[in-house]
Amino acid sequence: MGRLPFASVEELQDALAGEHYLADRGLATAIYLAVSLDKPLLLEGEAGVGKTEVAKVLASLLGRDLIRLQCYEGIDASQALYEWNYSKQLIAVRAMQDVTAEAHVQDLFGPEFLVERPLLAAIRAGSKAVLLVDELDRADDEFEAFLLEILSEFAVTIPEIGRVAAEEPPAVIVTSNRTRELHDALKRRCLYHWIDHPALDQEVQIVRARAPDVPEALARDVAAAVNRLRAFDIAKRPGVAETIDWAHAVAFLGVERLDEETAAATIGSVLKDHEDQELAAPRLAEVVGDAGES
Amino acid sequence: MPASPEAEALDRLIGFGRELRRRGLAVGTGRIVTFCRAAATLGTLDRTDLYWAARSSLVSRREDLEAFDAAFDQWFRQGVRLELDLPPTEPEAAERAAPDGSVEGPEVVEDRIVAREWRALADEEEAEGEAAIRIVASAAEVLREKSFADLSDEERRRVAHLIRRLAVQVPVRRTRRFRPAPSGPRFDVKRTLRRSLRTHGEPFHRSWRDRASRTRPLVLILDISGSMAPYSRALLQFAFAAMAAGRKVEVFCFGTRLTRVTRTLRTRDPDRAMHEIGRQVADWEGGTRIGESLKALLDGWSQRAALRGAVALVCSDGLERGEPGLLREQMARLRRLVHRVVWVNPLKGSPRYEPLARGMAAALPSIDVFLPGHNLESLEELSRALAD
Repeated sequence: MGRLPFASVEELQDALAGEHYLADRGLATAIYLAVSLDKPLLLEGEAGVGKTEVAKVLASLLGRDLIRLQCYEGIDASQALYEWNYSKQLIAVRAMQDVTAEAHVQDLFGPEFLVERPLLAAIRAGSKAVLLVDELDRADDEFEAFLLEILSEFAVTIPEIGRVAAEEPPAVIVTSNRTRELHDALKRRCLYHWIDHPALDQEVQIVRARAPDVPEALARDVAAAVNRLRAFDIAKRPGVAETIDWAHAVAFLGVERLDEETAAATIGSVLKDHEDQELAAPRLAEVVGDAGES
Repeated sequence: MPASPEAEALDRLIGFGRELRRRGLAVGTGRIVTFCRAAATLGTLDRTDLYWAARSSLVSRREDLEAFDAAFDQWFRQGVRLELDLPPTEPEAAERAAPDGSVEGPEVVEDRIVAREWRALADEEEAEGEAAIRIVASAAEVLREKSFADLSDEERRRVAHLIRRLAVQVPVRRTRRFRPAPSGPRFDVKRTLRRSLRTHGEPFHRSWRDRASRTRPLVLILDISGSMAPYSRALLQFAFAAMAAGRKVEVFCFGTRLTRVTRTLRTRDPDRAMHEIGRQVADWEGGTRIGESLKALLDGWSQRAALRGAVALVCSDGLERGEPGLLREQMARLRRLVHRVVWVNPLKGSPRYEPLARGMAAALPSIDVFLPGHNLESLEELSRALAD
């Protein structure tokens, strides 16, 4: 307990800012509590609000390895936990055909034939790692049940080798885009935080932190424009990642302020749905706001 | 237990958890324990700390945040400042949170049990995936052909019962996951090797893997305005049958605006659910804004509900009060997102019907299957149409 080298939420918040991640008080509190209480932290929010980034920053902040398990439809235990290297075993069987000793069969299931996948790696690394289970909503619910078992114990029994258990559990960040509701049993295990789109000032700071070559005024223009776009009736609301991309794109073109023309030329880096672009196109003057004139 | 300041503070925290539960949020003992531990970890808390500690440990759905905020404002109204000088250990908080003696330990065990049962359930679902179509061949031939709008109350009850016995078939899709199969496109090195160990490492028996299949989710979008109500009620029963068959089903009702009723349908008693939906959906007798409702569905739910790759079933007469252009656009969007669009229009039951209504004409280009669905017989047809 309390393996976090920070005495308070504020200290953690400052440290995160030092890693160029600007977390609000709520998120910082959630991270602080999750690590202190050894609970997985479930982060939900729209795409591009920086859910995955939390794990990366936390790992570098704590000086731990980041172990990432990217979920996808159809992922199963052999892709998440461990697998035997069957081809290697097959070759080994061939090679020792002349030798009759039973003991060699045992050798086939030795550590050198084991292919370690993210979950096993996380169990072995224990508190030396941050485990990121990314986009869990994409996996099937059977996999979610399996993950719940692992998260409850941080131990796994490999029949041929024996039990592998983490002395201290790793820090765990689970993210979901909410394409489906996660099971309650899993949610009960976790602390939960909903990440919203940041407020304008905060977003400007994020752009400045992430894209230092973008001038302040331009960063503010872009962030304000994205904020107005989000209020539009569009299907895919742009995330912070899009704001940063857009700022990069505009800065690369060498303009100092965002005007309508530049916005039209670079809108593809912020709106990635054809209908959204069509909807925004005639209203770009409104999106750019008064920045173009000043 | 002596009433020390700590104990009082703890009572306050636990009381808050119970208050949330009283307000209908899913707050179990485990969560209350976590909340107390979180508060204890932070030590001295002002209202902001307390808010975030409570929110991250007691709520796990965005929809619940509003209710949570309201409860929090009431419960911790005054300038709260708690000093918890407790060791943030589990047992004490646990014992106090649950007078019945259940502590964190059993909950972990319980989680594991839940996980196991849940897995068993998923296996079962998969096993019956290939079940054959069972169509109700009953003596009630007359009932089969009578339009839902002309049924007496008694007949409606009997038909509702029959609809629920329809085995709703939903097409399967191939998953990315490979499973052992008698033959298949992929060589199963794993099993081949295991079996070869029995024959001195000689791989006599070769094993194969093939892709598994899963059923597609079903999304019902039902028009409940005026004249459509009897048909939509019948389709709600149909949704019930689909859910009972273990399918993933999402149900939305609309008149002038969209309401999600999936949760309400997920109870055991269909009649109560119908009653509840009637109460929930305010505009049973209002006009129809199909385009707007579809837009609400696609904007608000395409990220959350299982729409992608699903079979969407729209039931409406297509008498659109809104802008037909919007309907055309939204239908095209729906068509791109889902696997297949089935439109049920009870008016089509009349032999003289032609899809001339402007709304219907706008929707038509994006419809894969167009069916009447006005009586039991046509629902059977619908069930078959969904299967292939």
